[in-house]
Amino acid sequence: MSIRPEDVRHVAHLARLAVDESRLPALATQLASILEHMEVLQRVDTNGVAPVEGVGAGSTPLRPDSGPPIPLGHPIESFAPEVRDGLLIVPRLATHGEEEAERSP
Amino acid sequence: MSSSPLTEIPVRDIARGVRDGSLSARTVVERAFDHACEIGSGAGGLNIILAGNERAADMADEVAETAQRTEFAGRLAGVPVALKDNIATLDMPTTCGSRILEGYVSPFEATAVTRLREHGAIPVAKTNMDEFAMGSSTENSAYGPARNPVDTSRVPGGSSGGSAAAVAAGLVPVALGSETGGSVRQPASFCGVVGVKPTYGRVSRFGLVAFGSSLDQIGVFGRRVDDAARVLQVIAGRDVRDSTTADVPVDTYYSAANAERLDGVVVGRPAEYFPESLDPGIRSLCDRALDALRERGAEVRDVSLPHTDLAIPVYYIVAPAEASSNLARFDGIRYGLRVPSERGLAGLYEETRSRGFGPEVTRRILLGTYVLSAGYYDAYYRKAQAARTLIADDFRSVFQAGVHVLFTPTAPSTAFPIGAVTDPYEMYLSDIFTATANLAGVPAMSLPVGRSGGLPVGGQFIAPHFGEAKMFEAAYVLERALGEDAHR
Repeated sequence: MSIRPEDVRHVAHLARLAVDESRLPALATQLASILEHMEVLQRVDTNGVAPVEGVGAGSTPLRPDSGPPIPLGHPIESFAPEVRDGLLIVPRLATHGEEEAERSP
Repeated sequence: MSSSPLTEIPVRDIARGVRDGSLSARTVVERAFDHACEIGSGAGGLNIILAGNERAADMADEVAETAQRTEFAGRLAGVPVALKDNIATLDMPTTCGSRILEGYVSPFEATAVTRLREHGAIPVAKTNMDEFAMGSSTENSAYGPARNPVDTSRVPGGSSGGSAAAVAAGLVPVALGSETGGSVRQPASFCGVVGVKPTYGRVSRFGLVAFGSSLDQIGVFGRRVDDAARVLQVIAGRDVRDSTTADVPVDTYYSAANAERLDGVVVGRPAEYFPESLDPGIRSLCDRALDALRERGAEVRDVSLPHTDLAIPVYYIVAPAEASSNLARFDGIRYGLRVPSERGLAGLYEETRSRGFGPEVTRRILLGTYVLSAGYYDAYYRKAQAARTLIADDFRSVFQAGVHVLFTPTAPSTAFPIGAVTDPYEMYLSDIFTATANLAGVPAMSLPVGRSGGLPVGGQFIAPHFGEAKMFEAAYVLERALGEDAHR
């Protein structure tokens, strides 16, 4: 199994992780080494074997798409990084004008 | 009341004493809290406690007052309990051993904690753990490695190492941990205590920070089998807030507390868990335990679980895949750490996650993202899920053939020195005898069966889905049969 540094860069981007360029080769080697151990699975005959979908004694029970509200023991301001008027604040997307971008946190 | 330290009194007797007024809940809880602060926290101590509950003594008074006022103060009245730091609490932070959740206090409480409190138990502390439960040694914590109270140069196991060590050190009589691949049973084995992983769907995961959702279960540590049984009794059962909890009646787990014999019980000994390479000290203690089971009337039968060798490859595909999805929520927006970036929203996500997650969590997110990515999904993830069916079928076959419980070693080694295992895959092999039960969703538990080289060794029972009562029955009898030999 070979994994190239650019593969790690791609996967890191998908996972929204900023990985320093200098760490890419070492991570590629580590992941390749771990995945090498998974190759044993390719030798297992799973033809006709259904992939696991639930692990309990039966299937996952369905319920109506409603439920009791979960009372919050602390207000949103106590755990969110930035809140204004009860709303979570996020930076503006890059597609917005520069003037707006300057006002973003 | 016994003259032994308060936290060494059986859970049943603490609750009885608090209910009848012969024991002060406040005294029990204060001693546990003080003990935890004294030896449980900080780099100079065992580093097994991340936070203490300042309200614990007041909560103990409330329990005592309820006991005086009403006839029923709860099955766990006044019992101090420690909680792994990925179980949400209102009075203490829930950090998951990660920088990304440093100081985070959950706005809601885990159902398991609510049920403990409703029965009078007092959460006194949160315990150290491998970051987001990813590890087998409690060395991967952002708050430093925890130490094993039996030998402080060694790891307590993981990822629930802090909870196992808190019970082993006598800080608390019982604690909650969580399991994804063996994170309760393996540290129980390393620390010489009892550790139980219930059937998937037996205990609510509401408020347990998700790692691998198809594998995760809250588990219980106790000094003895009965302590763990009584805690599981209280937290088990359907919860409308977790749709994966089963609507299956909860058996009485302590009904066999006085059992002496196992006549008619078939105990399976799976060959794959006793390989040629098994550590001789562990093998001999497990053989002694099997002899003890035979002497108590059990029939020990050789069985085979032929797909056991697939467990680690399957587990380390499925669990990271689920983790990569579950940990996407730590994005710097809704809770926890936020690292601003000049690159807008995308930069904020990336900088926050990279700064907040440690090396093992980063590695597993990358691994999980890789096996789910286009071109690799079928070769890895889908293949692993099919192989997982084969592992579950192995268990189904032996139990259908008349085996009531299986007995195996819990872990392939005793507690290793801190820093001794540096290769990630070598660390993953710590779960080789435990991950199978998580993949199949069956209940399993570890209990002490003796010491090898002065270090605790655990033996494991595995039972069919919702077969906890039979599993506890076998454990009660083995614990009684081994007596003090289980700890020497």
